[in-house]
Amino acid sequence: MRRRLLAIVRKEFTHIFRDWRTLLIIILMPILMIVLYGYAITLDMRNIAFGVIDDARTPESRALVEAFTENGFFKPLGREVNRQEIEQLFMRRDALMVIVIPREFSRELQPGKRARVQLLIDASDSNVGTFVSNYAEQVLQLYNRRLNGSIPLLYDIAPRIFYNPDMNSTYFFVPGLVALILMLISALLTSIAITREKETGTLEQILVSPVHSREIILGKVFPYILLGLMNAAIILISARLLFNVPMRGSLLLLGMLSLVYVFVALSFGLMISTVAKTQLVAMFMTLMATILPTIMLSGFIFPVSSMPEPLQYLARILPATYFLIIIRGIMLKGVGLAELWPDSLILTGLGFFLVVIAIRRFRMRLE
Amino acid sequence: MQPEPVVYAEHLSKRFGSFTAVDDLSLSVQQGEIFGFLGANGAGKTTAIRMFCGLLTPTSGIARVAGFDVHTEARKIKQTIGYMSQKFSLYEDLTVAQNIEFYGGIYGLSRAEIIDKTNRMLEELKLEERRHTLTRSLPLGWKQRLALSVAMLHDPSIVFLDEPTGGVDPISRRNFWRIIYDIAANGKTVFVTTHYMDEAEYCGRLSIMYQGRIIELGKPGELKEKYGLKSMQEIFVHLVGETEPADKPNIISSTENG
Repeated sequence: MRRRLLAIVRKEFTHIFRDWRTLLIIILMPILMIVLYGYAITLDMRNIAFGVIDDARTPESRALVEAFTENGFFKPLGREVNRQEIEQLFMRRDALMVIVIPREFSRELQPGKRARVQLLIDASDSNVGTFVSNYAEQVLQLYNRRLNGSIPLLYDIAPRIFYNPDMNSTYFFVPGLVALILMLISALLTSIAITREKETGTLEQILVSPVHSREIILGKVFPYILLGLMNAAIILISARLLFNVPMRGSLLLLGMLSLVYVFVALSFGLMISTVAKTQLVAMFMTLMATILPTIMLSGFIFPVSSMPEPLQYLARILPATYFLIIIRGIMLKGVGLAELWPDSLILTGLGFFLVVIAIRRFRMRLE
Repeated sequence: MQPEPVVYAEHLSKRFGSFTAVDDLSLSVQQGEIFGFLGANGAGKTTAIRMFCGLLTPTSGIARVAGFDVHTEARKIKQTIGYMSQKFSLYEDLTVAQNIEFYGGIYGLSRAEIIDKTNRMLEELKLEERRHTLTRSLPLGWKQRLALSVAMLHDPSIVFLDEPTGGVDPISRRNFWRIIYDIAANGKTVFVTTHYMDEAEYCGRLSIMYQGRIIELGKPGELKEKYGLKSMQEIFVHLVGETEPADKPNIISSTENG
């Protein structure tokens, strides 16, 4: 009945806006998280420390070292390095790379000869090792081209990189963060919505009235949808202002699909709330069930297609997997509903599925 | 021939795992009665009352409230009863008026009805000036009177009160019982649990519960005559035994509260 539903909705609103401390946390937490994670999680490397063993000591060898330092990716150690201390440099993490330029370097820089340069790279973190090696190779190519500017190369690959020409990993991560934070905060909001009333004893008073479980669950979802949307707006605006993530598609579409995603997360929180006995348990369950799978399995960092098959099935039931496709698609590629309808449909379906589960799981009795 | 009882139980039992909270309970309460459940903490009073209110499903036995079966017609029962739980269960962080508005709403009252009831109730309770105070800051005695009024918002014909005067001073308790008498005088049935012996004297009829079973049932006067004792206190001690003081908390009470 409408009256009962409205009474619950109105009461939840009063609760939400009375408790300004929680409200402040809801507003500030996403900003804090996006700043923290947004700046910390990046796959781009800058200021890679490197040492130089220059046995040649010629203008050419110095030009080579110069080439490494000029674009900000590499930072020289600033002192002479001898061969014995290379491994120690790596062990103390003073440098990730050492360049060895042999004595005959300049002499071999002649037509018909090959000059050799050795790069020693610390690949204890294999990802970092690959990056350093790739960057260094590019620097060497640049140097090579500078010397042989007039000689045409046999072939020339000219890659054209779409959507993110600078290959800035922030553009990749920030939309993922939006998905993670929205999921986490929305689910946390509702996960304690019912357990709180279990703890204060007010739930008993509600259960003894003729309300239906659907009225209780829906009455608790609606007010939080508004909060969730507010949250989404705050996160998206921070993402745009702090990280300049492009917004190529329709903001309206993103807003609408964020609403669907928030609805999914809220329903999930409510589902947990119907099972958990205390607020603490509810929060812990929510943290476990949202953060880890979202980070590991949704494509937040690792592409779903490269996971082992069983994990791919798991990824396919995660709401974040679909929302990540949606948000990256809209923000970075500017795609619309024409491309995103299957993901949007599945996301909507997940929302309704979860809310129905929450209603069915909700016990109208105390046992 | 008596009219159909408003609260009726026959061999009603409730077990939680291997623990029997209510054991083979039978009783019948007529309209307009003030019926008391007297017993120590953990005697099974709360469990019994929760079964009547449709909050717990009986393990076995029959129970009917206002003619409705507790197994199958819980929703109909809920519409006709008022319930005040042991724990104060108004929202402490809502104002007095907001609490009334919410509980009126979940019983399906219209806005006009709620406004009307709120005004009348606050006038009766002399709480008009406290209308916009948070319930948290009311004295306990007032909170309990407010909770009772809220439980009566939808004009139920039967009220279940689970230790309504717990922790309240004697004056407030006496005032509270005046209201209970008023309610019964209006033809409503009051079902009340207590572990205060003096309150037992106020009941029209009462049952003494011990370890989930009713060990005695009757009018206070009749019981005193039967045992040749002067007060309910003495009767209770006589029946339950000196080794079991009425207020002794025991391990079972955790089940009762949860």
